[in-house]
Amino acid sequence: MSIRGKAVIVGAYEHPRREIPDRTIAQIHREVAVGALADAGLTLADVDAYFCDATAGFGPLTMAEHLGLAPRYVDSTETGGSSYLAHVGHAAAAIATGKCRVALITLAGRPRTGGPPPGGAARMGGTPEAGFEQVGIFSPVGNYALAASRHMHEYGTTSEQLAWIKVAASEHAQHNPDALLRKVVTVDDVLASPMVADPLHRLDCCVVTDGGGALVVVHPDVARELGRAGATVLGHGEAVKHTDAGRVDLTYSAARWSGPAAFAEAGVTPDDIQYASIYDSFTITVLIALEDLGFCEKGRGGAFVADGALRSPGGRLPFNTDGGGLCNNHPANRGGMTKVIEAVRQLRGEAHPAVQVPGCELALAHGTGGALSTRHGSATLVLGAWSR
Amino acid sequence: MTALPTDAPPYNPEAEPFWAGATEGRLVLPVCDACGHHIWYPRSWCPVCQHESVTWTALSGRGTVYARTILHKAPGPWSAATPYVVAYVELAEGPRLLTNVVADDPSSVGIGDPVEAVFVPVTNEDDTPVRALLRFRPA
Repeated sequence: MSIRGKAVIVGAYEHPRREIPDRTIAQIHREVAVGALADAGLTLADVDAYFCDATAGFGPLTMAEHLGLAPRYVDSTETGGSSYLAHVGHAAAAIATGKCRVALITLAGRPRTGGPPPGGAARMGGTPEAGFEQVGIFSPVGNYALAASRHMHEYGTTSEQLAWIKVAASEHAQHNPDALLRKVVTVDDVLASPMVADPLHRLDCCVVTDGGGALVVVHPDVARELGRAGATVLGHGEAVKHTDAGRVDLTYSAARWSGPAAFAEAGVTPDDIQYASIYDSFTITVLIALEDLGFCEKGRGGAFVADGALRSPGGRLPFNTDGGGLCNNHPANRGGMTKVIEAVRQLRGEAHPAVQVPGCELALAHGTGGALSTRHGSATLVLGAWSR
Repeated sequence: MTALPTDAPPYNPEAEPFWAGATEGRLVLPVCDACGHHIWYPRSWCPVCQHESVTWTALSGRGTVYARTILHKAPGPWSAATPYVVAYVELAEGPRLLTNVVADDPSSVGIGDPVEAVFVPVTNEDDTPVRALLRFRPA
């Protein structure tokens, strides 16, 4: 049993704004839902399955009511910013087993102009590890910096190499009129930016933006009726990595497990991938994921990215052509949704012409949610071009 | 440099032997009665082999730095303490734990450096100590 080819992403919508002081989070959920459904040629009345994270009230209960949905299948898997990639996999499985035919996935948040922070202090207070991690890390950057420090120690990875990831993202973002940061930066710019959590600089960090996005995943029969190009779900993998009772190893992520599962289900290898959306909360997040997904050997990520591999077009692995979380958008502090959206654009041939991968037929989208050095969820999708 | 804040930890009866030990200046961790694993963060059973019993055991308090960052920005009362070191310390007995390494010069703390446990009292408003926090310093 496999989900290979059993479901198609026919709707994808990224909220165009990066500061939304005039909307509630629930309103933004509805805006992106309507946007993705319109992109597919559908309406809220067609939806029979709903997926969201756990940050909006009672998750799918709150949002089903707000959106006026009567879903026969719901899922609020919460793995931080990677949740939405997991949701696509779960939606495909539900569609493949006849549980639903039109699945809607939404994300919304307002960390830039206000509103409760997803995963904030109030939600963390009751967790069992809380009393043992009061070390003064209030932003994820400190947690990711720990992984960066260990990677540098074991493999000789440098700040210059990490900076190339930001440089490639900024080169792509210059073509995105909606991107928060459109200025092309250099390696020197990254290294000259203030140190936030050694060894990570300010420009090693993603943007903080309001906004959201949505996806519509449907049965292939529905996709054929709609006639809109999209992305076939070919493979999905997900995994959780945690501190393992004190045996944590900071040099790898749960992509070590989610990646091979997705590739195996799709029946392809990393060499076959023409475009990759790689979660870029921080530059180190990309570097470690590239290694774990098999795009280069463990420990060789620095050399891989410093070689211009991530540039589009022309690099060995064009990545994050919307500018990614590093430059374009990181709505609700959760970047997995926009990873899928840009992969769909590439497979439709609807990315900006300056960064469109010619003849893009096979793409990967990957999320790393939570905190890399303590507990996080990785989710990987392999997607193929769907044309009617 | 301002000392690191000492936020009182939430009450957690399952880990009471750890907190009691810390308050007496000892690093006490649960060791699995079946597989011998030293368990971090403290729990009353073993998540490695799922055995139901542990023996709370005093450790050496010695270790080495496994990973480290220096935080230059922090909110609230932690802001005055910047820059400060957050690290994973690998204890001599094996487990790696997230902690602070308290040093006059944060930039002097490097991966592989030997460190030793220190216990920082958390006091109530009437100055009675209720807990001590586990941190480390260069050894």
